[in-house]
Amino acid sequence: MPVFYERRQLVTPGDLLAENDYLAGENTFKENGKIYATRVGLVNYENRNIYVMALKSFYFPMVGDTVIGKVIDVSLIGWMIDVKAPYRALLRASDVLERSFRPQRDDLPSMFDVGDIIIANIVASDRTRGPLLTIREPGLGKITRGQITEITPTKIPRLIGKKGSMISIIKKETGCQVFVGQNGSIIVSGKSPEDERLAIMAIHKIEQEAHTSGLTDRVAEMIRKEKSEKKEVSGKNV
Amino acid sequence: MSKKKVKKLINGKGIRYDGRKLNELRPITLEVGILDNADGSAYIEQGKNKILAGVYGPKEVHPKHLAMPDRSLLRCRYHMAPFSVEERKSPAPSRREKELSKVIREAFEPSVFTEYYPRTSIDIVIEVLQADGGTRCAGITAASLALADAGIPMRDLVSACAAGKVEGRLVLDVADLEDKQGEADVPVAYMPNLNAITLLQMDGMLTSEEFEQAINLAVEGCKQIYELQKEALKAKYVEVKEAKKEDAEQ
Repeated sequence: MPVFYERRQLVTPGDLLAENDYLAGENTFKENGKIYATRVGLVNYENRNIYVMALKSFYFPMVGDTVIGKVIDVSLIGWMIDVKAPYRALLRASDVLERSFRPQRDDLPSMFDVGDIIIANIVASDRTRGPLLTIREPGLGKITRGQITEITPTKIPRLIGKKGSMISIIKKETGCQVFVGQNGSIIVSGKSPEDERLAIMAIHKIEQEAHTSGLTDRVAEMIRKEKSEKKEVSGKNV
Repeated sequence: MSKKKVKKLINGKGIRYDGRKLNELRPITLEVGILDNADGSAYIEQGKNKILAGVYGPKEVHPKHLAMPDRSLLRCRYHMAPFSVEERKSPAPSRREKELSKVIREAFEPSVFTEYYPRTSIDIVIEVLQADGGTRCAGITAASLALADAGIPMRDLVSACAAGKVEGRLVLDVADLEDKQGEADVPVAYMPNLNAITLLQMDGMLTSEEFEQAINLAVEGCKQIYELQKEALKAKYVEVKEAKKEDAEQ
């Protein structure tokens, strides 16, 4: 039962990864006992499970994900939300009201209007219908301040890091709050636009260099360097 | 066609009019991810061919009635720019372009996992900027990279290459002049790792033995192109890694 690539080696679609006794994980498929890659990414294996960590992808909705989306339409029963997925998500009015929805009395645009940004959880999603959202949990709902940035969704785990190590460094060093959506949208809100800019810069550095090692230290170093440079400049002006 | 016939296309030593051997490809350069607005993109230069390919999706289908409940709708548009050929071509899609769009789409259908994304569409756009024979094959080669760049799962990259018969001899990667003056042209699209042909056409006359030889020749060409495709896909990420190394050394 041979494996044809080392851990963390770059593969392209169609590359033969392993034969026979392995299980085809994420971004791979098995045919006639052979496992091939389906996306550009880094191979990895745990025990008998072989998978590819894709380097670029689009978001595909999964139940339980927290996503950040934009209201694109107010319909009769709720709102249509763009969550950067192939499907439009639905947020029901009854979910927001926490009681049954009365179309004559309740004014939907006064709650969320087109263009509003919301954080929500996906409660249902299958092959026949688009994802259904909920905001009935603490920390979810409309976002009114901060900046939005986007990265490719496959790099979200890298941005968060092992046990949140990477994201906590960004939060600590820049003093910003960071909300991460599994769909690749990220909201950064801090005390000043300058802090937010720094956090966004760090996030994009992580996206670009996700497949290199020792990234956590480099990101921390970069933020500190930027901050000290900023201080020097403002110090001279005084 | 009005052009006068050029000397011989293949000389006594088996060298073609552009200096290639019979089984030699034209020089190919590939670049991945060069358009910001498409989800995935690629650019190919093969000899004098210059072709851009872009991919959008999976996304919601418009018009809605085309959506399929069990799989994604794969659409393709092959188009030649008005300035891509010697005499200005009308920008309206011609009969030839519509047919090529269809066969190119069919060349990708066995490769793309359309069943993963029901009720969506994946759109491939191929724009020929400069044509010099074999544009459908070069277009497929580029579109395949654009699909991979968009992060669309595929069974294998599709490589394409033509073989043909010119002045009684079988040649690889037929150029425009050879195509027009030659006896036959056999474009092939091929998935090397799965050993599957996804497009096979023939224009002209060949005996059945010659036809078989032509396919084998084209498949060999596809395998060479496949290696270039893999390199081009990896190049985008290796660059970042190497830049990091240099930073660390400084």
